[in-house]
Amino acid sequence: MSVAATTARDMTRVVSTGRSKDRGVGSLVFLGALWFSLFFGVMVLLVLIIDVAIAGSPRFDSALLTEYGSIVSPETTGFRAGILGSLWLMLFTALLAVPLGIAAALYLEEFADGERWWNRMIEVNLQNLAAVPAIVYGLLAVAVISLMGFNRTGIVLGGAVALALLILPVIIITTREAVRAVPQDIRQGSLALGATVWQTTWRQTLPSAIPGIATGTILGLSRAIGEAAPLIVVGLAGSVRFDPTGLFSEITALPMQIYSLTSQSREELQTAASAAIIVLLIMILGLNALAIFIRNKFQKTW
Amino acid sequence: MSSIVTTGAGPSPRGTGLPAAPNLRRKARPVESVIRAFLMVSALLSVAITIGIVAALIQPVIEFFREVPFGDFFATEGEYAVLPLVAGTAMTTVIALIVAIPLGLGAAMYLSEYASARARKILKPTVELLAGVPSVVYGFFALTFVTPTLLQDILNLEVGFTNALAAGLVLGVMIIPTIASLSEDALSAVPHAMRQGSLAMGANRMQTTLRVVLPAALSGVAAAIVLGLSRAVGETMIVALAAGAQKNLSIDPREGMQTMTGFIAQTAGGENAVGSTSYNTLFAVGLLLFAITLVINIISIALVRRFRQAY
Repeated sequence: MSVAATTARDMTRVVSTGRSKDRGVGSLVFLGALWFSLFFGVMVLLVLIIDVAIAGSPRFDSALLTEYGSIVSPETTGFRAGILGSLWLMLFTALLAVPLGIAAALYLEEFADGERWWNRMIEVNLQNLAAVPAIVYGLLAVAVISLMGFNRTGIVLGGAVALALLILPVIIITTREAVRAVPQDIRQGSLALGATVWQTTWRQTLPSAIPGIATGTILGLSRAIGEAAPLIVVGLAGSVRFDPTGLFSEITALPMQIYSLTSQSREELQTAASAAIIVLLIMILGLNALAIFIRNKFQKTW
Repeated sequence: MSSIVTTGAGPSPRGTGLPAAPNLRRKARPVESVIRAFLMVSALLSVAITIGIVAALIQPVIEFFREVPFGDFFATEGEYAVLPLVAGTAMTTVIALIVAIPLGLGAAMYLSEYASARARKILKPTVELLAGVPSVVYGFFALTFVTPTLLQDILNLEVGFTNALAAGLVLGVMIIPTIASLSEDALSAVPHAMRQGSLAMGANRMQTTLRVVLPAALSGVAAAIVLGLSRAVGETMIVALAAGAQKNLSIDPREGMQTMTGFIAQTAGGENAVGSTSYNTLFAVGLLLFAITLVINIISIALVRRFRQAY
C-alpha cells in the first residue's frame, strides 16, 4: 500500500470517529457523565460489599456454617439449615427445570415450524414469562403443590417447583441461543449421511451446544439461589432447626434466613445476617466463576 | 429424487435447524414421533404455566370478591384497599426510573459509541455484575446503609426507618443493568452509515450520539426502559424490607409506604389462615400485579419488534 493511501486511511479514521472535534467543554462534560454512569454501579457494589463485610466480620467463624439458627443464643447463631436447604433446592430445581427447558428449546429450534400460529404463540408467551415477577411464581407453586394434594407447602418440593418455574424461561432462552449457534453445516453433513432429524439433534447438535447450555443453566441457577420472594409465598420458614431429609421435609433457604434476621432488632442477629450475605455472595460468585470457566474452556468457535 | 431437487417437494425448512431435506417424516419411526411429541409437550408447558398462573389466581380471587365488594378493594383506605399499595409501587418505581434511566442510558451510550471493542468486552460484564446480586441483599443494604448512613447522616434528611426513597434508589441501582444492556443492543444496531453521515456533516461524537444515534434507536431504548419498569414493579425483597409495612397513601417519599409486592410478601409470611378472606386478598393483589406487568411486557415486546424491523 502506498504511503499516500495509508495516510489517507489514517486521516479518514481520525475524521470519521469525530475524535478531532471532541475537545470542547460540552463534549468533555458529556464524556465525564458517561464515565460516571458506567462506574456508578461498580462503586455502589463496592460500597455494598465493604459495608456488609465490615458489619459481618465479627462472625466469620465456623459456627456460622455449622450451627442452626438460634434466637436464644444470637452470638453463635448459624446458617447450617439455610445453606443445606439452598443446596437441596438447587439440586431439585435443576432436576425439574433443566430437562424440560432443554426439551422445549430443542423443539422450538429444531422441530417447530415458525410459521404456525401455535409456535409463534409459544414464542411470545416465553418472552412474557421471562418478565413475570418472581413472587407470582410463588403463588402458582402454592396452587400446584395443593393440586398434588399436599397441605404443607414449606417443603423441598414446594420451593423447588417455585424456583424451577422461575428459571425455566431463562433456561429455554439461553439453550435456544446455544443451539442456534451450532453451524448449519454440521446438521447438513449429518442429514446427508442419512441420519434422521432426531439422530442429528441428539448426536450432533446437542453435544456441540452443551457448553453454552451449561453456562446458561448455571447462570439461571445462580439467579434461583439468591431468590427469596417466591419462597416466602410458598411458605418456607426462616427458623428451621434440622437438616433436610427428603423431598417432603420442611426446609429453609439462605436468603430466607437473611430476610427473617433482617427484621430482628438484636445487633448480634444483624451481624450474623451480614456474615450470611457474604456467604451467599460467595456461593453466587462461585457459580458465576464456574459458568465463565466452562464457557472459556469448552466453548467452540466455528 | 429429481422432484426434490427441482420442485422442492420436501417440506419447507421447519425451524432454523433444517434445510430443505428429503421428507424424513415419510419413514415410519415410532420412537422418534414419541420423542417429538415429548419435546412439543415440553414447549407447550410454557403456555400451560401462563394459563396455570391465571387459573391459580382466579379461583381465590372469585372467593375474595364474594366476601368483599369491588368498591372496598379499589378504595383508598380500609383493610382490603389496594390503591395505597398501587401508589406505593408507583412511588418506588418512579424513583427507581429517575435513577436508572440516565445512568443506564449513559453506560449504554459509552459502551456502544465510545468504548473500543476490547474495552466493551471487559466493561459490559462489569455493568452486568449488578444484576447478579440477590435482591434480599439489596434490601438489607437499603435498610442498613442507605437509610441510616446515606440519607440520615450524610444528606441530613428526615426519613423514617423504612421509606420509599431508600427503596426506590436501591431499586434503581438494581435495574441499571437491564436498561444499560438492552439499550446498548439497540444503539449498536443503528447502521454505521448514519454515524458516518453525521460525522461527515461536521458533527462531533457527542452530537452524533445524542442527535442521530439515540433518536434512531429510540424504540429499542424505550423497550429497555419499559422492561426495567416491569422489573421495578415486580421486585419484592427490596421494597418488602426497606419501603415499609404500612399502607400509606402519600406523595412524600420520605415516609414509609407499602407496595403491592411488599403486601404479598407480608401477608404470605404472616399468620393468616389459608382460605380466609385476608389470605385471599393476596391473590387479588397478585392478579392485579400480574395484569399490570403483563400489559407492560406486551408493550415492551411490541416496541422491540418495531426496532427490529426498522433496519
